[in-house]
This record gives sequence, structure tokens and C-alpha cells, in this order.
Amino acid sequence: MIKAVFVNLVRFVVLVFLQVFLLKNITLYNLSTPYLYILFILLLPFETPNVLLFILAFILGITIDAFYDTPGLHAAACVLVAFVRILFISITVQKDGFDNEPEPTLSIMGLRWFFTYALVLTLFHHFFLFNLEAFNISELQYMIGRVIMSALFTVFLMLMSGLLFFRRKERK
Amino acid sequence: MRNLLIFITKYNAFFLFIIFEVFSLVIYIKYNSFQKATFINSSNKITGDLYTRVSGLYEYLKLREVNDNLARQNAELRNQLKSSFYVDTLKKHKVSDTIYKQQYEYIVAKVINNSVNRSNNYITIDRGSKEGITKGMGVISDQGIVGKVIYISDHYAIIQSLLHKDSQFSAMLAKNKEIGYIEWNDHLDPHMAVLKDVSNNAQPKLGELVVTSGYSLFPAGIPIGRISSLQTKTGGFLLNMDVKLSVDFSDLQYVYVVNNKFAKEQAALEAQKKE
Repeated sequence: MIKAVFVNLVRFVVLVFLQVFLLKNITLYNLSTPYLYILFILLLPFETPNVLLFILAFILGITIDAFYDTPGLHAAACVLVAFVRILFISITVQKDGFDNEPEPTLSIMGLRWFFTYALVLTLFHHFFLFNLEAFNISELQYMIGRVIMSALFTVFLMLMSGLLFFRRKERK
Repeated sequence: MRNLLIFITKYNAFFLFIIFEVFSLVIYIKYNSFQKATFINSSNKITGDLYTRVSGLYEYLKLREVNDNLARQNAELRNQLKSSFYVDTLKKHKVSDTIYKQQYEYIVAKVINNSVNRSNNYITIDRGSKEGITKGMGVISDQGIVGKVIYISDHYAIIQSLLHKDSQFSAMLAKNKEIGYIEWNDHLDPHMAVLKDVSNNAQPKLGELVVTSGYSLFPAGIPIGRISSLQTKTGGFLLNMDVKLSVDFSDLQYVYVVNNKFAKEQAALEAQKKE
């Protein structure tokens, strides 16, 4: 329990720093901007209560907002991600499996499940974020291009970090 | 009543989602529409301090470029020195003494946070109200205009960059003084802007210089960029054209905040007229 709290705390700080001081400056062809920090919400343990999940998502969002000067924008998107995460997990994972699988990481859940999970949540996040930021639909085509390219970049980074911290399945 | 409670606990995720989402959106919309300076932005103590440290690190990587820039600027300034001009009559010297009263004052500031890749971009600088900066002052760099100050704290200020949906500055063609206004274009390209509503008889040419008009926060004649393409005429009286910005917003290091000493007087006079 304490270990899980510690690991998530470190993950929070590292991801926020990475996002704010490195990834914030990266844009490919005015089209692709990675938002890796939502990986924190993705990797919270399965057994996190819903209230805590939403509170953590909100805190993460508002922290990013403080650095991006957009109060509420990232918080709203993060809360949406938390909600989609609950739905996605309740549909695809069986409840009894929780004892053996504490966290939805790449090494535990396998590439296929994790890729789908990351892609769906990232698309929701980016679509909501970009549309809320621009707040008009006159440039919808360009917007969708931006969402898809950014989502691909973000998911790529998520998979890379998943592989970087890859651990073989422990024996039961 | 019991059924209601069961219903709520069963779908608690959904209700929690609604609560938090509404809360975030309220913050977002409130901040946007009323432009209230809340504490959740990069001019507050913690984030401002962190940005200062990190930008200190970045500076080392750019020392060479900054040096080149400073040297170039030094040379330019030396050209403007009085000692490099030949004073032909005593009279002229005297006249220039009495008619020039300093109207614009420049406060140098370091950029500690900057963005170019979002649809609303802001810049944070390390000078604030303690150094005499107030809301609404214009900001330029040695290459051209940058934006205007929108929030200030004691030691930091936030600039609404030209790369912002709501930024609009009065501008003119350098050659024939035709007035228009400059705005960021719709494609989020940090190197391009649009000069709008120039009168039809201006006959602009590609590569022509676009400068500030002196009707807004800046002194007249500060460069903005060069015309890169003329948009096709739509048959109206006014022309639009694409402008390649002279400032590289992704690489801002130092900026100057422009303090127009007569701004208050002018605003007061114009307010009088309205009454």
C-alpha cells in the first residue's frame, strides 16, 4: 500500500516535470503535440476508489494548468479521462483478476490490451482538450488531424516508457 | 429515498464525473471570459520560481546566439550615437534639445516561460509591478513586436503574445503608411500573421516591410514582418495579406516592455470626449 502511494507520487512529479519542461516545447509540423502526463491516470492501480481517482485526476490537471496558464482546461480533460478509464476497465477487465494484477501497466496486461487502452483514453483526452481550447468548429478538419497526430505521438511515448520499465511477469 | 441512494451509489462514477467536470469547466470559463487574475498561473510564487530556475539552465545553451545578437545591436546603437554624426549648426542642436521629450521608456526583461504551439500563447517575464510595469503595456524585442502585458504580480508579468486568438495591433505598410491591423493567422503557424483591412489603393508588394502605426501601445515604426503573399481579392474595398513575422517567437530571450509616458494623458483626454 505504502509502496504504491510512493511509486505513484514519484510518477506524478516526474511526469509533470517531463511535460512542463520538455514536452511543452515539442511540436512536430504544428500538428503533433504530445501530452504524456495523462499516463499517470492510466497507471493508477485497479483498486483505486472512484472518488480518489477523480480527485487525483483533477489535481494532476490543475497542476499542469498552473504551468500552462490555462486554469480548468487540462483539469476538465483529465476528469474526462478518469471517467473513460472507469468505463473502459469495467468493460474489459474482470473483477476477480484484481488480486494478481494490481496496475494496468504494459508488462502486466500485455501489449494488445494496453495499446487499445492507451489509444482510446488518449484520443478522448486530446479531442476534448483541443476542442475546448480552440472553442470553434470552423477548422474541424485541421483539428481532427491535430488530434490524431498528437494522439499517435503520445501513445508512442507511452509505449516507449512502458517498454523502458518492462518487467517480466512474476510467478504466481 | 433508499432506492435513490442505491441508484446514486451504483452509478457513482458518473455523478462524480459530472461534479468534477462542471467544476473544472466553471474555472475554465470564468478565467477566460472575465480575465480574472487567479493564482493558478505562472506568475505565482512556486511556478514562477521553477520557471526562473529552468530558464537559467536553458540560457547556457543559447549564450552564443545572445552574444551575436548583442554585438549586432551594439553596432546598430553605435551608429545612432550623437558622436557618430556631424553636427553642422549650433541651432539645430538646440532645437533638437527642446522638441524631444522622452515619450517612450523601455524596461528590459527576461523571458522565463514561453509557448508557441497552442491556440492561445502566453509569455512570462521576470519583471513585475515593482519595476514599474502595469497592465496593458506593449512588449517588443530587438526584432519586432511581441505582445502586451495582461497580468502582473510583484515580480512577474504575463504577456499575451501576438500568437493569440484575441491579439490585434494597429499596423501600417512602411512605405506608403497605409493603416491596417495585424492578427495571428488561423493555422497556428508561429512564423506567420495576417495584415487585415488595408485600403484598396495601397498596392502592396511582396517583401515590403510592415511596421507599427503608433496608434496602439507601441511607438511608430517598430518592425512586425514582411509581406509574404497577397491574398486574392474578394472584391471589397479592403485588402488582406500574409505577413512573415520578423520575431522568432520560439526563441525569445530578452524583451523590452514599452512604457508610454503620455498614455495616461491621452486616455484621460479621450475619455473626456466621450462624456
